Amino acid sequence: MHIVVCIKQVPDSAQIRVHPVTNTIMRQGVPAIVNPYDLVALEEALRLKDRYQAHVTVLTMGPPQAETALRKALSFGADEAILLTDRAFAGADTLATSYALASAIRQIQKDMPVDLVFAGKQTIDGDTAQVGPGIAVRLGLQMLTYVCKIEALDLEQREITVQRRAEGGVQVLKTRLPALITVLEGINEMRFATMPDMFRAARHPLKVWDKDAAGIEDATRIGLKGSPTVVSKVFAPTPRTQKAEIVQTQSDQPRDQAATLLAKLFTKFPQLRAEIGRRAS
Amino acid sequence: MNDTTASTPPAKKPAGRRKFELDERLKAYKGVWVFIEHERGAAHPVSWELLGEGRKLADKLGVELGAVVPGAPGEDTQKFCAEAFQYGADLCYLIEDPALAEYRNQSYTRALTDLVNKYQPEILLLGATTLGRDLAGSVATTLQTGLTADCTELNIDMENRSLAATRPTFGGSLLCTIVTLNYRPQMATVRPRVMAMPARDETRTGRIVEHPLALVETDIVTKVLEFIPDERRDQANLPFADIIVAGGRGMKRPENFQLIWDLAKVLGAEVGATRPVVQAGWVGADRQVGQSGKTVRPKLYIAVGISGAVQHRVGMEGSDVVIAINQDPNAPIFDFATYGIVGNAMQIVPALTEAFRQHLATAKLAS
Ligand SMILES: Cc1cc2nc3c(=O)[nH]c(=O)nc-3n(C[C@H](O)[C@H](O)[C@H](O)COP(=O)(O)OP(=O)(O)OC[C@H]3O[C@@H](n4cnc5c(N)ncnc54)[C@H](O)[C@@H]3O)c2cc1C
Ligand SMILES: Nc1ncnc2c1ncn2[C@@H]1O[C@H](COP(=O)(O)O)[C@@H](O)[C@H]1O
Repeated sequence: MHIVVCIKQVPDSAQIRVHPVTNTIMRQGVPAIVNPYDLVALEEALRLKDRYQAHVTVLTMGPPQAETALRKALSFGADEAILLTDRAFAGADTLATSYALASAIRQIQKDMPVDLVFAGKQTIDGDTAQVGPGIAVRLGLQMLTYVCKIEALDLEQREITVQRRAEGGVQVLKTRLPALITVLEGINEMRFATMPDMFRAARHPLKVWDKDAAGIEDATRIGLKGSPTVVSKVFAPTPRTQKAEIVQTQSDQPRDQAATLLAKLFTKFPQLRAEIGRRAS
Repeated sequence: MNDTTASTPPAKKPAGRRKFELDERLKAYKGVWVFIEHERGAAHPVSWELLGEGRKLADKLGVELGAVVPGAPGEDTQKFCAEAFQYGADLCYLIEDPALAEYRNQSYTRALTDLVNKYQPEILLLGATTLGRDLAGSVATTLQTGLTADCTELNIDMENRSLAATRPTFGGSLLCTIVTLNYRPQMATVRPRVMAMPARDETRTGRIVEHPLALVETDIVTKVLEFIPDERRDQANLPFADIIVAGGRGMKRPENFQLIWDLAKVLGAEVGATRPVVQAGWVGADRQVGQSGKTVRPKLYIAVGISGAVQHRVGMEGSDVVIAINQDPNAPIFDFATYGIVGNAMQIVPALTEAFRQHLATAKLAS
């Protein structure tokens, strides 16, 4: 069995600050990490590898520095890593990204057929959750999103059964391979890298593909040119100008503070008094 | 969201500002559409919220507002059409087919792309639910058009009649406005509770356009073996709760979270939480409010031991009234809360619970 896992290197958005004057992202010193949701996908793939001796290829499109993300994935146990990097890929939106990744996966298929493609639920910088479905459509793979459990995999029948998070419940879906799975967060815990794997990862030769190596057929469909969506404006959210009215009491006793708060609240918002009364009765 | 990390970004062109001429073939695309999502006999309220927003867009453009209602024969599709009219739709595209009985990507993608190709809307909106996001991604790719996810604001750029979709980026630290230039339809998803629920006009009606699909079940590879409904039906309710008591890392220990539940019980409220609290396993993931959790719009939001990080804020700033309890007078939550109490939550929350309890008791006596 052959599994491709799509991972992306992203800035650790927890540490991103916006410049107060220029409204630009201050990237300096913000570490690049593997998109956390993609590690959940990778772990799920590695668990299948453990059970079925699968071959796991990790794939990323990004700048040359994204090599670090691939080495990290190798240190957890991935077998092979491919970096798509080319100036022509720059400025891609999700449609252009899925075009490039799908075309690379077709190239990967030439060496070894692919049974499953994994993607994260979404990225923490783009946050769109669109690239996975985009790849599935382009490659004609059965599409299973928000998967919270892989119930069964039958390699002989080439069938997979999964649980998928839906609104108000879980769908149990059965489909045929090859399929693309996007994985919900929190369904597994990432393993630790072993020493031998860490050494292997550091030395492992990566495949670095430009647009020709990735088999891009139509160069107008990648990068900025191939992107229907365009960012027309970036700005900081207007801060709610209102500052909280801090409840002041003479005693600093929680009881008095609570009483004062209720008095203020119900005077200014009588509808809340009614609302609470109605619900609690 | 354009990705500028793939390599050094090219010089920024203010592409959105540029006046441009739409391809002749794309000028035929007219009208605003909303996808009506329903499962197990109930329409998802986000569909009505989107009709409210779609109405404004359609009026600005001077075009009709269409609702797309898919489903299996025998389902409540007629009822959903009637409701769609009451929430502002001018017409409903009704697609009935047995293969649409339960949501599956393949059959729904076929239905929606077929309909778009036939009737050519300029704008197509879907809820950013698990269903809507799944469907929007494959429909946009199939139609080769742009899709902007999780928008918080939709507008028309009158200069070139294009949809200007605003969404948070970099975890909510910034907003960006995205346009889809020479591609149609322009697609966007919006999360539940981001847009206000429009008023319902019981007298409004419209016309129904039926679209036959003739899907063959055996062509659809994926089968639904079972649907396991969430046991606790309250789970999905957080986005629609009128009162929420939410706790953060300031609660210090999982046992202390009981104080949050106690206050919520007295108020008949739902319990929410920040991401660290969810990650620590103190409450279930369905209670997380924020960027990577739920968007909520309650009448009252009580934030206890929550710093007010932007990723949390984007999920709850639509609340009418926010009460914040925090030890640190400089916590960012006080920058946008309505009322604040500076102090130790372990003492203030029980006092507040008691105060509300007493208030309710006297209110009951008086009535
Ligand atoms: C991509 C991304 C997505 C994210 N998505 C979300 C999301 O969806 N939702 C979310 O909530 N977060 C999200 N976060 C995390 C977010 O950035 C913050 O880390 C988080 O909201 C902080 O949670 P907190 O307020 O509980 O904890 P802290 O920031 O640690 O704040 C705790 C607060 O409690 C106060 N406190 C301490 N002790 C007491 C006491 N005894 N009494 C009263 N107050 C006390 C402190 O003064 C402090 O203000 C996301 C982050 C990233 C990077
Ligand atoms: N540049 C990329 N390289 C490889 N995989 C990607 C890239 N961008 C997105 N993905 C995959 O697609 C998923 C969804 O991304 P997004 O649509 O940006 O939220 C991610 O979790 C990754 O698995």
